[in-house]
Formats: sequence, C-alpha cells, structure tokens
Amino acid sequence: MPDAKRGDLVQIHRIVLEPDQRPDNLPSCTKSVPYECWIKGFLIDEGANMGDEVKIQTFIGREISGILYQVSPIYDHNFGEPQKELVSIGNGVRRQLEKT
Amino acid sequence: MDNSYPAVMSRKKDILKKATGIDYDKFEISPIAFDYEGLMNSCEYSWEDVQGILEETGVGKTALVELKNVTELVRSISLPGRGGRIFVKDEAANPSGSFKDRRAALSVFHAKRLGYKGVVAASSGNYGAAVASQAAKRGLKAIILQEVYDSRKVGQPEILEKTRACEAYGAEVWQLTVGPELFYIMLRVLEETGFFSASLYVPTSVRGIETLGHELAQQVFQKEGRFPDMAIITHAGGGNVTGTARGLKKAGSHNTVVVGVSVDLQGLHMASDIDFNRKSFTTGHTGFGIPFLTWPDRTDVPRNCARGLRYLDRYLSVTQGEVFYTTELLAKLEGIERGPAGNTSLAGAISLARELDRDQILVVQETEYTAAGKLPSSQLTFARENGIEVRRGNPKENVPGKAIVIPERVDQIEIEDIDMEKIRHSYIERAMKITEGYVPTREDLQFLAEDSKSSIDYVRETMKALKVKTAELV
Repeated sequence: MPDAKRGDLVQIHRIVLEPDQRPDNLPSCTKSVPYECWIKGFLIDEGANMGDEVKIQTFIGREISGILYQVSPIYDHNFGEPQKELVSIGNGVRRQLEKT
Repeated sequence: MDNSYPAVMSRKKDILKKATGIDYDKFEISPIAFDYEGLMNSCEYSWEDVQGILEETGVGKTALVELKNVTELVRSISLPGRGGRIFVKDEAANPSGSFKDRRAALSVFHAKRLGYKGVVAASSGNYGAAVASQAAKRGLKAIILQEVYDSRKVGQPEILEKTRACEAYGAEVWQLTVGPELFYIMLRVLEETGFFSASLYVPTSVRGIETLGHELAQQVFQKEGRFPDMAIITHAGGGNVTGTARGLKKAGSHNTVVVGVSVDLQGLHMASDIDFNRKSFTTGHTGFGIPFLTWPDRTDVPRNCARGLRYLDRYLSVTQGEVFYTTELLAKLEGIERGPAGNTSLAGAISLARELDRDQILVVQETEYTAAGKLPSSQLTFARENGIEVRRGNPKENVPGKAIVIPERVDQIEIEDIDMEKIRHSYIERAMKITEGYVPTREDLQFLAEDSKSSIDYVRETMKALKVKTAELV
C-alpha cells in the first residue's frame, strides 16, 4: 500500500532556493539555510510514498509538483497552556474597579 | 524562462505593471517626487462606489463601543479631572475578522472588473485571510504567500492559524521559511498565473481603509455631536494610519490627533532565521513600523500609497507584555475577547487617556478576531518554548527577544514616544542616499515636506545639515 493514493489531501515540500542562490544581503543565519516551502493539495499520481516526487492539484485547481511530505496534514496549533501570569489579572482589576 | 533570483527581480517592473494594471511611470515627477494624489485618484471609484462595494460583501459598518469599565479603571489611576473616554471600533465583526477586509474588498472587486482570474497576496497576517475571503465571495482564485517557518520548521502559532483561515476560504497557500525572497516568489507566481497583485500598497487598498476613518468620525459625531480628539491606530506598513487619517479628513474631522502605536521589537532583525521565533507579535511592531516610515517605497510596488509619515502626529511604542495585559482587560472588563495584535493601539490608549481630560474622546480604531494560535495563552506558551522568559513585573524590564514582562498593575502601562524628528531626519537622509548625485529642486523639497508632514524650511535645514546641494543653492 502506498502512503497516499490519487485524490488524497497531501502536503508537498519544495526547496525554492539553495543557500548559494539566495541574495547576499541576508543575515548569515538565514543565508546559510535553503529557502523552503510547503503547499497542500490533492494527489494527482496514482499512488506515492513519502519522499517521492509527486504532482498535486491545489485548492484552486493549479498543478504543482514537489516531494510528498505529509498525508492528511493537520492543523496542530492550539490554545496553549494556561498562563499563571495572566489568570489573576481579571480579578485584580475588577477588585480595583469595585473600590472606585 | 530564467527563474533565478536576479533574473526574476530584473523583470519586476514589467511583471508589476501587468499585475496591477497601473503604469507607475505616469506619476513620476523626478527621482525623488511623484504625484501621490494623482496615483490615489487613478483608482477610478467614487466614494459612493467604494461604500457600495464594501456593503455588497458585508464589510464595514462595525459597531463603535464605549469601553466604560476600562475608562473607569484608567480614571482611578489618573489625576483629578483626567481620564479621557475610550471607544473602540469593533473591526473583528468584519467577514474574515479584521479591518483588513476593507483593504481587500476594493482590490478584489477591481481585479474582477479588469478581468483577472485570480489574486495574489503576500501576507502572513489578517490581510491574507481577507483577500482569500473576498476572492471567495467574488468567485476569483486566491494564492496567499506566507512567511511561516524558521529553518527547523517551527512556525509562529499566529501565522499557522492564518494558514488555516486562508485555506478555509479556499485559497492556495504557500508556507515559506524566513526571508525577504517572499517578494521574489510573488513575482514568479504573478508571472506564471497572470493574476492580479492584491498588494497592501496599491491605491484600491488604501481607499478601502478610508471608509474606516470616515465611519468612526461619523459615528462619534452622531453619538456625541462632535468629532473624536484622538484616533489611535496600530501601525506597521502604514496603510492603517494612511487610510484612517484620510478618511477622518474626508468626514470633516480635521483636528483629530492621529496617533500610531507599534509593539516594541527593537533589536530583533526581521530577516533573521533565529530572531523570527523570538517574537510574539508578527505585525504591528516597530520592525515594520519604523522602516516603513523612513522609507515607504520599500514595498512590492514601485510607489507605495500607504505613507504613514504624511499623516502621523505622534508615534508610540508599547511592550508585548503590556498588550497581553490589555487583551485580558478587554475580555474581563468589557466582555470582548479579541486577538492580541489588534489590541496594540488599545494598550497605547490606556496610557494616553491619562493625559486627556475626562470629556475628551479617544477612538481605538480596530479589534481583530481571536482563535487557536492567536491568543495570549498560545503565544506565551510558544514564547517559553523558544527560550523567552515570561513573568509579571515592571514592563520597563521587557527586552524584545529575551523577556516578556506582564504588568502587575494597570498604571504600569506606559507608552514610549518615538522621536518623530529623528524619523523625519532619517526619511530625508534615506531619500538623499537613494538618489545620490541628483540635485533636488524646489518641487522635490515641497514633496519631501508633504511626505514627512514638515515644512520646506525644515527639509532645507535638514539637507544643509546633510551637506546636500539643492537646485536653489546651486
């Protein structure tokens, strides 16, 4: 079974510029790494495994190729952890208002 | 076709002419000056057209809310008789959740009318979502280019949320690593697709924001019988300040003091792969705010219609910790939970209101939506993961990229005035550097005076100090 089959929602990865193709006026930490990109879309190839060169159809119907990076990519940003520096602010200012 | 970095950049002018439908050469007067109002007026829509186009897609006409509890709190820490009334324009009520819908609405309409099949925008913030949302409504395709990850593929939570939002509206999103080559990618995509460049800096973008200044002036006038004393505006690239200030004037509100506020990120390099994830705010900060004032034409179009220095009366900075604290105040005292970045100007207003008399009116002209990734708890969790110290204390101890200090008390929120004189000086110095060898004429002096909200005498004196020869002196 391939990792992804035709029509699956996938994410591809591309190196847009290698370090030596990037402009010279960048900070050295930026200039020393490649300029990369990730794009989502539906797999056009019949089947593919991670790391294969594949074609996708993006959400607006354009065809783009790249290396298969993820199948069914998820959004994993979240609400974060409770912050003790924030949770007491509300009661503090409410008490201050009650005093006025 | 040669798609190397230098080759694409050398085709910039032609690509942008096709992608904006604007021949910028027509407005050039000299190497320094251009016809700013002429460029703004090249957007052929009447004021009624603009309002109608926004209304059609549900943009604008947001509520103006008086923050009575926050004002009361400010008065409790002010001198007797002080503590101006704070109002907020609840721009989060726009379709994609921010004032950026105003900025996108006219551009996307214009693109459709000119026959473009799609639109392209480079934005890691609310503007991308606004373009994607407007494109969905108008039946156009949208490509949004975002700077999301550092080289470890660690992404800012606020930007990851923006990727999700843009994709929810059906856009093709390019998630890129850190680098100014975002502009190079934009040129390549524009050339490849023949789509419209929905740049933040074209006339239709700024004209859309004028409705915000116009609306808030009218709303205050209807409620209070007079115009606001101050408009407080989060400042980054200059569009929010420019559009709002122009709209205020259009409504007849000529004496409203225009104040810009940015989050202080001084010391962090905006193109640095390492600094990228050491900040909690991805826009509305000094890293954009200051350079865009001293050199507005640094953008993705030959001449930028967003020219903040033309309109600002005062420019302030606040700290990241102060904005997080303010975000809590708005939720807990007013029952309005909104995204932190949009509360930058509110943090400034809390400090400014203490200087004003009780009957004076300050309008904070935006809020933005909040969601996973775009709220204090997720941004502070991320900051800690990236080695930033987070603690309560005196916000003056805040160090961008090292420590976020959340105020212990509301009276610790204290704005820093950024020296406008220094900014004006840098603006003129930069203009001279770019056009080195050219001898400025009186017309150039006039342009620089208007563009820096100063006077011909001021420009002449600055040039003398910079040892620049002008045509008047030759």
